[in-house]
Amino acid sequence: MTITLLLFASYADALGASSLAIELPRESTVGDVISALRSRHGAERLPPTPLVAVNERYASLDSVVREGDEVAIIPPVAGG
Amino acid sequence: MTSLASLVREPIDPAEVIRMVSTRANGAVLLFIGAVRQVNDGRDVTGIDYAAYEAMAQRELEAIVAEGIARFGTPDVAIVHRLGELAVEEVSVAIAVGHPRRDTAYAVSRWVIEELKRRVPIWKREHYVDGTREWVDPTGRAREEAPT
Repeated sequence: MTITLLLFASYADALGASSLAIELPRESTVGDVISALRSRHGAERLPPTPLVAVNERYASLDSVVREGDEVAIIPPVAGG
Repeated sequence: MTSLASLVREPIDPAEVIRMVSTRANGAVLLFIGAVRQVNDGRDVTGIDYAAYEAMAQRELEAIVAEGIARFGTPDVAIVHRLGELAVEEVSVAIAVGHPRRDTAYAVSRWVIEELKRRVPIWKREHYVDGTREWVDPTGRAREEAPT
């Protein structure tokens, strides 16, 4: 299945992309999405367990993702 | 009753945000303004650009307003956050709270800005006088716990 991975701010700069299509087996978790990203150049600049959102809501690393889900890796927020 | 949460790219007019929460019942109207400061952590800043995961940021801002209303019984809350390039002194965020009494208005205002800083997916990149730019990490380290 394919999920869309969104990257922002310093993480987008590190990986040189703001959006990636990631291929994963069914029943994969958010943690698997992060693992799939690890082989990419620049991924070493992500923390070991980054903050993640699935479909615009904060999610834990053991959340299961589904075909078409939008997974976002959230850098430390700095609004205000 | 007025509750409003918005992300904007044009300059924020604080008077307009105050008007959103001013009613005949509200004896206290509070406005918090966040602005771009010239010096941050000892470095001279010439401007900031704000970026967001816009759909989620909008959702989180609306959730903060809804939770504030439920938690404090305050019907009049407005949050407006600017995105894009801002110069020093420009307004990055305005939070207005209206309530019959000041104690609650102060409590709500403080709660809203702290929640915003804790969980709304907005990022800022500072521009320094030497021409460099850096994304600001308020935690100083990677966060490992999801906000709840």
